Amino acid sequence: MAVAKVTTAVTMVQALNLALRQEMEKDPSVMILGEDVGKNGGVFRVTDGLYDIFGEERVISTPLAETAVAGAAIGLAINGMKPVAEIQFEGFMPPAFDQMFSHAAKMRNRSRGRFTVPMVLRAPYGGGVRALEHHSESPEAYFIHTPGLKVVIPSSPQEAKGLLISAIRDPDPVVFLEPKRLYRAFKEEVPEDEYTIPLGKANVVKEGKEITVLAWGAMLKVSLEAANRLKDTISVEVIDLRTLAPVDEEAIVKSVKKTGRAVIVHEAPKNCGFGAELSSIIMEKAFLSLKAPVKRVAGWDTPIPLPKYEDYYYPNVDRIMKELQRTVAF
Amino acid sequence: MRKVLHNFSIEYLQVLDENGVCDESLKPPLSDDDVKKMYEAMVFARVFDETLLKLQREGRMYTFASLRGQEASQIGPAYALSADDWLVPSYRESGANLLKGTPPEVLYVYFAGDERGNSIPSPVKHLPVAVPVGTQTLHAVGIAWAAKMRGEKSAVLSFCGDGATSKGDFHEALNFAGVYKTPNVFMVINNGWAISLPRSKQTAAETLAQKAIAYGLRGIQVDGNDVFATYSAVKEALEFAYRGVPSVIECVTYRMSDHTTSDDAKKYRDPEEVELWRKRDPIDRLKKYMYAKGIMNKEYEEKVQQNSEKRISEAVKKAEAIQEQEPIDLFKYVYADMPLRLKEQYEELMS
Repeated sequence: MAVAKVTTAVTMVQALNLALRQEMEKDPSVMILGEDVGKNGGVFRVTDGLYDIFGEERVISTPLAETAVAGAAIGLAINGMKPVAEIQFEGFMPPAFDQMFSHAAKMRNRSRGRFTVPMVLRAPYGGGVRALEHHSESPEAYFIHTPGLKVVIPSSPQEAKGLLISAIRDPDPVVFLEPKRLYRAFKEEVPEDEYTIPLGKANVVKEGKEITVLAWGAMLKVSLEAANRLKDTISVEVIDLRTLAPVDEEAIVKSVKKTGRAVIVHEAPKNCGFGAELSSIIMEKAFLSLKAPVKRVAGWDTPIPLPKYEDYYYPNVDRIMKELQRTVAF
Repeated sequence: MRKVLHNFSIEYLQVLDENGVCDESLKPPLSDDDVKKMYEAMVFARVFDETLLKLQREGRMYTFASLRGQEASQIGPAYALSADDWLVPSYRESGANLLKGTPPEVLYVYFAGDERGNSIPSPVKHLPVAVPVGTQTLHAVGIAWAAKMRGEKSAVLSFCGDGATSKGDFHEALNFAGVYKTPNVFMVINNGWAISLPRSKQTAAETLAQKAIAYGLRGIQVDGNDVFATYSAVKEALEFAYRGVPSVIECVTYRMSDHTTSDDAKKYRDPEEVELWRKRDPIDRLKKYMYAKGIMNKEYEEKVQQNSEKRISEAVKKAEAIQEQEPIDLFKYVYADMPLRLKEQYEELMS
């Protein structure tokens, strides 16, 4: 990451907004489309004010049709634009999934590189904000499982800006999932100038010696809190994966070889969640370093509950602490 | 109060009737030379089709969707395109793809099971075939939208079938095209059958062209076995498209073959229906017109057939002589830069 001198304390929403604005100023082919992204600035205000700056030609509130948002973005990208398409909530991504799965992900490969799809599909993601049904899902595994797509989930305002700029400039389709509970949870000093955080590179957020925690998005902060509470008894290393596809296997393996233990934390249901893949990577590449089974702290294998039971569903500090203690004591 | 807010009507266009008699008042401005070129392209499409069916039976290639009977629905529209216009086909538009400029050996390579057949040579502006039904109509909208934003004089001609009109993607595409006034021409090839489902069971609507009306688009139905009608309707629609008025053109034609080489249409359709459509053959119809017009004779007819056969057989030779892809090609086009994991999987494959 380039070091910029001037920084401002901003929320993740503001950081994303700044990234979009700066990329649109810099590159006339960057455009935004999605439901209510125009005058309204998106339901979470990530595109706030961009309509006034760039006009309705480049910040486009579309008809209510997620398949078309993704499908038209594919065509726009094939023909030279860099669309940043927004799906209003991750729970409404399934209609867009067919287009991403069948076409965005495959076009480069199918055409042997003749046609490419440099688009970003953004969506607010995950739970923890007491939302309606279908507004709190964690669908990353569906996209990670699809060869040809990249999947990025930021964990802070600073991360969000640098990763979104990289995603927009990336020559391949990127699914960019924004943890909505972090949107306004805290402010962070973010460089005002443009900077990028490379896709495919994890970030060791806290170094430790006895156990590795792999997390991303909103689960990073919860994991860090668990690690801090245990700081007198267990030396925990915490890694923010940032990009889930392609995942930074080298960073994971290096850390687990050092600590000999790993706990994976994610909001998505445990069954076939990305934790399963990470666990397998560790088994395949760091087995002889392991002192305990790799464990997962994840959402239960149930539909996401309505707000009253939401707190029972997501991994929290206590659950993570318990798993860290059990794994170290194994 | 109760009042009528909107009435609509759908035009039907036929220029050449089943006997090849031309309504001169409707004939598009095509020179004799143009007519010959269209005829040659139709014959070429048919010979390509017949050859691939034969090669498929010989086990030299895989599943193939025959276009037989739909030559006029493909050649007329493709002939109307300029080099700057895009073609977004489904999987049955080999005739249009060939005329747009994709070499026959490339298309053959695709059906012989090799991705390089989808690598449409630059600068030919057409997308690879689209197998999931109707999804490509949205790409057509996006491509047209991009062209409009950049101020290019370029329209997009997309193809889908009667079955696709039941899918949400088709309706979302028409809706977006209407709202954003994109330069699109949506061909709906109504060939009577979506695999085993007849057109009558696909929708209760009287025409497929009228689907355009709900989205504020132009809609017209044409005789899809009349190459003058398909050409004329597309030529007109392209002019509208450049001005930001998208159209739907329903071509009424017939799928003379099975759905694909993996299908057996005898299981679900009446052979009498097929016979009825055999009499409406689009190539025979044009030939009758050309004989009557004095721009066709036996010698020319044979020459066109022989040239087509020769060109296809050379293409097949060329395609079958193509070197196999390298195993690395399985991995190297998934992303712009190959991730570590794919490099490792490649090494595993090679070890």
